[in-house]
Amino acid sequence: MEQKDRVEEISERHGRPPVMAPGHTFATITDKISSIVLTRPVSLGWLLGVGLASFWAFILLFAVSYLFYQGVGIWGVNVPVAWGFAIVNFVWWVGIGHAGTLISAILLLLRQSWRNSINRFAEAMTLFAVACAGMFPILHLGRPWLAYWLFPYPNTMNVWPQFRSPLVWDVFAVSTYFTVSLLFWYQGLIPDLATLRDRAVNRYARTIYGFLAMGWRGSARHWKRYHTAYLLLAGLATPLVLSVHTVVSFDFTIALVPGWHSTIFPPFFVAGAIYSGFAMVLILAIPIRHFYGLEDFVTIRHLENSGMIMLATGLIVAYGYIMEPFMAWLGGNKYDMYQFWDRAHGPYWWVFLSLITMNVVIPQLLWIPKLRRNPGWLFLISLDVLIGMWIERVVIVVVSLHRDFLTSSWGMYYPTRWDWFTLLGTVGFFFMCMLLFLRVLPMISIFELRELLPEAEVKVEP
Amino acid sequence: MSLVPVYGLLAEFDNPTDLLLAARKAHEEGYRKMDGYSPFPVEGLAEVMGFERDRMPLVVLIGGLLGCAGGYLMQWWMSAVSYPINSGGKPYNSWPAFLVVTFEVTILCAALSALFGMLGLNGLPMPYHPLFHSPRFAFATRDRFFLCIEAADPRFDLATTRRFLEGLGGHGVSEVPY
Repeated sequence: MEQKDRVEEISERHGRPPVMAPGHTFATITDKISSIVLTRPVSLGWLLGVGLASFWAFILLFAVSYLFYQGVGIWGVNVPVAWGFAIVNFVWWVGIGHAGTLISAILLLLRQSWRNSINRFAEAMTLFAVACAGMFPILHLGRPWLAYWLFPYPNTMNVWPQFRSPLVWDVFAVSTYFTVSLLFWYQGLIPDLATLRDRAVNRYARTIYGFLAMGWRGSARHWKRYHTAYLLLAGLATPLVLSVHTVVSFDFTIALVPGWHSTIFPPFFVAGAIYSGFAMVLILAIPIRHFYGLEDFVTIRHLENSGMIMLATGLIVAYGYIMEPFMAWLGGNKYDMYQFWDRAHGPYWWVFLSLITMNVVIPQLLWIPKLRRNPGWLFLISLDVLIGMWIERVVIVVVSLHRDFLTSSWGMYYPTRWDWFTLLGTVGFFFMCMLLFLRVLPMISIFELRELLPEAEVKVEP
Repeated sequence: MSLVPVYGLLAEFDNPTDLLLAARKAHEEGYRKMDGYSPFPVEGLAEVMGFERDRMPLVVLIGGLLGCAGGYLMQWWMSAVSYPINSGGKPYNSWPAFLVVTFEVTILCAALSALFGMLGLNGLPMPYHPLFHSPRFAFATRDRFFLCIEAADPRFDLATTRRFLEGLGGHGVSEVPY
């Protein structure tokens, strides 16, 4: 508590906005957030948003159905670039998920109280992003109906997965990540579901929320165990989130392809994941706080902090871009050196140039405090980073594969319309899930916001 | 004693400090079967009511260790015992390659035991509880703080306990029927 006050005091002295607007009580916080779910009528804007997002989700369904009918030949993939958009999109979506876990687990352990107002929807973002990511490895299998072969189950063929393969590690990493994120999210929701149960007037709503709240009644003994379990889950999720993108990077580094076979990949991937994840958090937070009038809870402070994390992780990513060619040069391997020369001078030079512009140059605007505190600018920079990080994965996957050791096996990759439909389709699916989530569950953790109020502090010596 | 069976007496408070003080006084008075109810975790509240052992860390540790051993043994058995395959001349029991999956299964089992251990130790899901009969109790998930001394406590007496609770300076005391 003392430490929290000191942070607040320093922030105030530097003229930084507060974590929560003044004048709120336990009751106003509860009523404001629960009313969005329980009493707020469905608005035209929300309907249009869900309509547009669902339209693209249907395009996804269409593209996937045609893929299952026709096979991966409808995509632009071929030898030598056999990993096209599917793996680009997979890595991109998993990375986006990382910010949610960083906010909910790592910032909890670091006692960053500002996380309390953005962790809930950031965790929802994680779940939906990982769901989008999880589709792609299955879609690109060629025989997607056999995806369950990836799991070790007793079968009549008497064979088991190859546990020395990073692709099998990936199955375990991503499915564990999804499960643990879901558990963490659900545990955080239990007390808020009880609040909704007790506030709901509609009988059906009360029954459903009551069912999901599992009879939570806020008992002190329950809270005690709850709190321990929550901290332990955060402690487990912290190494997990760092491991997921590390394992994803193993898919590349374990191979011998020039441009992939590098020890810098694990930390570089994790930093990039958090970079793009915070961009997505801002892209969601800025419209949400505006349209739902939540400026009191998601203040400029949250936006600025997210912007600063983006700047910091962006610089780590930029450092990675410098180190990759440096290590290739230092190692003296001609294939590695050619790979980095090809990135900047080969047929994909414009992809590389837009990567550096979008991921390294433009985000430097975040050094300017005025822009960091301006939602409009932050939104634009986040959009830029999100696209930039997607391009980064194109450079890693496509550009590295298109020219490797033998000139006779060089080739070009051209995405087809089905590649684009699948990518944009998952974006639609993601936003559809997010918009539905906003209407049925509290998008901000109510009980954790109550803890931020000065009244929540116990003023007696134990 | 009244004719309707009583679960306990419920006293209502404004803020966590008053609730904590009341719980401490009740414990000093000798009451043991009681519980505090609050819309967020109140630091130290469970402790002043005599809650000593939190078994959560042990549950999670056991879950994690089982996951760790199970994850490794699964890979060892499948790759070295059940169907050994020579893959690139690597040993059948290639332990460095098995670490990733071992780690993931450890985290998975520990996390599952954290959530389900918490629910199990708390006796949840419990769709029915006498406290939900109390009309004011719905505010325990909004902005009110409650202390309930249960009739199961040996020192519980409807009249004296009520007088005691009223003396704690809450916002009224009510009976909770079964």
